[in-house]
Amino acid sequence: MKMMRMINLVRGSVMKIHGLSRASRCLAAEGGVRGLSSSSGPRVCIVGGGPAGFYTAQQLLKARQDAAVDVYERLPVPFGLVRFGVAPDHPEVKNVINTFTQTAQHERCSFHGNVNVGKDVTIDELRQAYHAVVLSYGAEGNRSMGIPGEDLPGVFSAKDFVGWYNGLPSNKELRPDLSCETAVILGQGNVALDVARILLAPVEMLKETDITQNALKALAGSKVRRVLIVGRRGPLQIACTIKELREMVNLPNSRADMLPADFEGIAEALKDLPRPRKRLTELMMKAAKEGGDDKAEKCWGFRFFRSPVEVIAGADGKRATGIRLALNKLEGSGESARAEVTGQMEDVDCGLIISSIGYKSIPIDPAVPFDPRRAIVPNEMGRVQDTAGLYCSGWVKRGPTGVIATTMNDSFDTARVLIQDMEAGKLDLSVNKPGAQAITALLQTRGVRTVLFSQWEKINAEEEKRGKFLGKPREKLLDVDEMLKIAWS
Amino acid sequence: MSVCALRVFLQRAAVMRKAAHQTFSQARAFPQCVTGSYTHSRGINTLTNSLRAEEKVTVHFLNRDGKRISVKALTGESLLDVVVNHDLDIDGFGACEGTLACSTCHLIFEEAVYKKLGPISDEEMDMLDLAYGLTDTSRLGCQVCLRKDLDGMILRVPDVISDARVDSEKESSTAPPKV
Repeated sequence: MKMMRMINLVRGSVMKIHGLSRASRCLAAEGGVRGLSSSSGPRVCIVGGGPAGFYTAQQLLKARQDAAVDVYERLPVPFGLVRFGVAPDHPEVKNVINTFTQTAQHERCSFHGNVNVGKDVTIDELRQAYHAVVLSYGAEGNRSMGIPGEDLPGVFSAKDFVGWYNGLPSNKELRPDLSCETAVILGQGNVALDVARILLAPVEMLKETDITQNALKALAGSKVRRVLIVGRRGPLQIACTIKELREMVNLPNSRADMLPADFEGIAEALKDLPRPRKRLTELMMKAAKEGGDDKAEKCWGFRFFRSPVEVIAGADGKRATGIRLALNKLEGSGESARAEVTGQMEDVDCGLIISSIGYKSIPIDPAVPFDPRRAIVPNEMGRVQDTAGLYCSGWVKRGPTGVIATTMNDSFDTARVLIQDMEAGKLDLSVNKPGAQAITALLQTRGVRTVLFSQWEKINAEEEKRGKFLGKPREKLLDVDEMLKIAWS
Repeated sequence: MSVCALRVFLQRAAVMRKAAHQTFSQARAFPQCVTGSYTHSRGINTLTNSLRAEEKVTVHFLNRDGKRISVKALTGESLLDVVVNHDLDIDGFGACEGTLACSTCHLIFEEAVYKKLGPISDEEMDMLDLAYGLTDTSRLGCQVCLRKDLDGMILRVPDVISDARVDSEKESSTAPPKV
């Protein structure tokens, strides 16, 4: 684990040199001073400091040597789900932070943390101060199962559970009870597998990651030994990817426990599958067949063709003690196969239920159109419907699926569309816009002080310092007030 | 930073990778070239010796805009190293910085060249499976290192989804929806 960190550091430096040399060429052309108020180039505002926001900013800065980009973020800390979503034992995936840092430090880019767009400042006010505004604020809500008992203690959304072990301030008081033997996860995507893996991973491995100390302590005392990962449809429709499945199969001191009945007909279907789906299915079948060491203390398994219908409460009615699942049959095949009810039910005893059926975007401002059915901002190729000068990128544009690279390409697309509109005269660049200067002044009158990137770097340094003491890459601050105190010290 | 200093820095990085490999049992992110080409632990003198001993290889990249970019690179460098060291203008290439955590360094090889390449690990295959526009001669650039016999090869940079209306998960017949 330490070696990988060293490698990442070295790799990060290599990429930094790459980026710096490119950035310096951009700088030579402009030769300006940070935050020129008399700049006549386009000013773009980006709402959201996660991957979508930074990748959109990156592409804009590259494509227009006269563009200035400001990124606004609600928390004092940047990076969104890269910081709060990616699993602690996947540090390589977080390498993208290096390229985001370069972007934030770019001459023509500025980061403003601690700004709640929609509350501290409206979208209309941003649109007045900038030539264009890009919504990249992601999906902070979650899809609910919509079943009785969902609000009982012991039931969590994966979003909150992941936020808890990743140090999201609003989840720091989650305190999940890990004293039960069985945990049931609804959903079979990569987030579900991350949760399963973190629940069953050896503490010796977790303690060298950036998992929060309170989550580490809770997991060290956890009695959870069995994790079932439940999906509505069959093995051929599973949404996770092979890397995450392989990590489950290779988990020390654990074995796979699946139902042969769930795999009927799958072997015959293998030969017609495209390679990625075929390899994934083969690995699953191998795990189901071989199981693993019977002496293993922990076990995990998929359960297919099952939908949650009710969370069962204990005798006192005060907490979850089980879940009722409806058995399905599959109509159709492949990606578009549908689950149909059979009427049969099955009860599973468990004390921890985690619903991992999807994140969900929420509306940010009444002035912005929002599609409540799809839970996205309605748009055409990133141009927000019926609203000139307003764009979107990332999950708020396409829905909450895809890996970071998916969001990267999507953000590049939005940036290109925005540039096209600039060049086609659809945005009036002839009028000067005041940009961050005006917004910062406005926020000040409202008692809101922003966190600049250099101030985030103080938070960053403090987290790394605390982490070093504990043998971890960082120990995340969990409290927004503490973050602000350090940022503004 | 001068090119020479940069190269020494990167060689040092490569030596560190090798040193790390010796102590890190699961060297999944390290391509064969790194583990194979430096067989002794070295000081700075032998570092410069190995610099001189390395040969130049010409590689052609066919970029997404149809333009061909030709570079002279060193044997032992991975194709990600080449893109980084020569500052090639390929959008979004190498997001995870060569740690087998993404598929953005996906490159398409000529068939004859593909057959000459080293073995492909399960870990590389797992990430390659997620690449848009996967072909039978696709590899991840961070896992393929230059050798003299790859001189003159032409690499195609695959398209990524450029139409935001196209759902990538449906368009690629292979990849399931994923987070």
